[in-house]
Amino acid sequence: MNPLKTFPKGGVHPKENKLSANEPIINIPLPKQIIVPMGQCLGAPADCIVQKGDTVKTGQLIGTAKGFVSANVHSPATGTVAKVDTVMDHTGYYKPAVFINVEDDQWADGIDTTDELLTEIKLDSKEIIDRIKECGIVGMGGATFPTHIKLMIPEGKKAEYVIINAAECEPYLTCDNRLLLEKTQEFLMGVKIVMKAVNADKGVVGIEKNKASAIELLDKTIASNPELYAGIMVQPLKTKYPQGGEKQIIKAITGREVPSGKLPIETGCVVVNVSSSFAIYEAVQKHKPLIDRIVTVTGLSVKKPSNFKVRFGTPANLLIDEAGGLPENTTNIINGGPMMGKSVSVTDFPVIKGTSGILLMSDKEAQPRNTTNCIRCGKCMSVCPMGLEPYLLNREAKFDLFDETEKHHIMDCIECGSCEFTCPANIPLLDYIRYGKARTGAIIRSRNQK
Amino acid sequence: MNNILIVSLLVLGVLGGVLAVILYFVAQKFKVEENPLIEEVESHLAGANCGGCGFAGCHNFAEACVKAAAEKHSLSGLYCPSSNMQEVADVLKLSVEASEPKIAVLRCNGSCENSPAKVHYEGADICAFANTLYAGKGGCSKGCLGLGDCVKKCPFDALHLDPVTGLPAVDPDKCVACGACVKACPRGLFEIRPRGKNDRRVYVCCSNTDKGAITMKSCKVGCIACQKCFKTCPFEAIEMRGNLAYIDPTKCKSCRKCVEVCPRGTIWEVNFPPRKPKVEAAESAKPINVTPESIEIKATV
Repeated sequence: MNPLKTFPKGGVHPKENKLSANEPIINIPLPKQIIVPMGQCLGAPADCIVQKGDTVKTGQLIGTAKGFVSANVHSPATGTVAKVDTVMDHTGYYKPAVFINVEDDQWADGIDTTDELLTEIKLDSKEIIDRIKECGIVGMGGATFPTHIKLMIPEGKKAEYVIINAAECEPYLTCDNRLLLEKTQEFLMGVKIVMKAVNADKGVVGIEKNKASAIELLDKTIASNPELYAGIMVQPLKTKYPQGGEKQIIKAITGREVPSGKLPIETGCVVVNVSSSFAIYEAVQKHKPLIDRIVTVTGLSVKKPSNFKVRFGTPANLLIDEAGGLPENTTNIINGGPMMGKSVSVTDFPVIKGTSGILLMSDKEAQPRNTTNCIRCGKCMSVCPMGLEPYLLNREAKFDLFDETEKHHIMDCIECGSCEFTCPANIPLLDYIRYGKARTGAIIRSRNQK
Repeated sequence: MNNILIVSLLVLGVLGGVLAVILYFVAQKFKVEENPLIEEVESHLAGANCGGCGFAGCHNFAEACVKAAAEKHSLSGLYCPSSNMQEVADVLKLSVEASEPKIAVLRCNGSCENSPAKVHYEGADICAFANTLYAGKGGCSKGCLGLGDCVKKCPFDALHLDPVTGLPAVDPDKCVACGACVKACPRGLFEIRPRGKNDRRVYVCCSNTDKGAITMKSCKVGCIACQKCFKTCPFEAIEMRGNLAYIDPTKCKSCRKCVEVCPRGTIWEVNFPPRKPKVEAAESAKPINVTPESIEIKATV
């Protein structure tokens, strides 16, 4: 095992609570109706290309990417399109979606549905990226940035490292851990494919040391076939939040720092998530578009914290029922992890590409916030992994002083929430900073356009 | 001793005198000429620098007034919503055209009663942020978030959050229709409308453009686009904007027929005398009185 590495500045260590770490992945059967939202990635929502009454097959394209930052959407089941309408997503807003009455699970032509491991990569670099684009793969850690854009290396830059972000530093979540344990070889092939796509020699799997069994299994698998997995190594990392932040994991593994306002490729690194890496394997080797993912349903009062393999468009309350139902003392439901996830206002929102977990917080875990005044203790500064001053940004954003927030590098905030987690006065620091960041970003963009 | 005193007095006195003369000439040389009218006009303005006139502040507006008076001999296009333009015109020896008095209206009635809270929000108290996070406590994605961005931005203290309804209430005595609330609201719920004849006005108190079925889920008094008012209006003053009725104030004759037919009590009539008792029966959709006692609001089915 390689020596432990970590990022140097800030960070917190919340209680890990990886309740479902030993629960094998369970397939969720298809519901009678699935609702596939068209906006499943960071950028523009896809354009719907099916109409009411159309018959669709599993894996068939139903939404085409619109604009540069956008990803294709495929049908997660076989059936007829009931309607093209709007559906309430996890925020409570109505977004365009396709309603499909599920009849069967017949895959579209050309998709290999066998479990056989294909180790020979037939496509070349450009074909791989085109295939990833075609299959609608996005960053599945939660940010849902289209992966094909990430893999297109700009002219004059060279990708040296492919870093696989297996830190899973969010407490509670275990979906990446389970995928590493159950689909080890497929995952490692995914890493190889990414390395070929960006023409990098080194692939590093950055993984927190609390996933000891996964580290052991990865090491063993690589050792069993060193020729096939040449160039791939496993780097254990200290269990510390936000170890899985893109800039943090690069700093931890390579010691390089991404310059302010620049992309990770400046340091010669491409960072890909575990689930995305597995999806890339399936897309490139099996021609399987992204239509399902692993979702962790967990919480201290949940009867059966589990990891489910879910087709997109499945309503979240179906998963909650499968995990033993909604506990009575639930006060807060979070889409994603407890640190960066967002509270939801409804339970029947459809699962989409970025839904890494559904966290049911009991009244003991999520207590009402009792905000008091800032006492300038500086705790937020000491934990900020980016070296910012959250208390200052909070005040500036509160009073709309956006030239000051820009001067104090609000745009470098990675929104990890460490400051809010550690604040003894319970000030919603991250809320104000997110607000300030959005407004400051808009001002900078409009200025650049002029 | 005496000698020193006299010498220093003399030196300082002469120095002071010489410098005073120099300063006098410098002041003459670099004198900034400003029309005294500008200051006089400014003294008649509200002085709140609200920007309701379209200028950066009251001084800039006064400058523009004086310039317009000198060049065009008219104040057309220049209007301060919070001052008496007649006074300004008197200073500049011009006449003013009468302008319709206006007021800000909140086009949402999603009060705690009409749109009961389904979730609890405890994040930052900024509407603009909450708007990016979720649809709203009651579930209406177009309605008031109730965190008071408008209240914070109102330069005339004319807006206050009503603790009963959870909505901002406009104080008609203080509101000068400067439009600061229109800019502040992330959901564009405020509209500057004419105050109307005798301060009586009729407007649609909703901004929800969702389909009727969706609106019904989240609010008891939201517009469901049934188009009854649209068909009833004898003056064609009502238009359907998406799934929302809009009363054009320039065409509306305040006949209040739309108020009678609205099945949801979405259309408000403000400051009208009480109706005859025959329509008092249906009370369910009656909006809560959000303005001071001086105003009587009645909407009936």
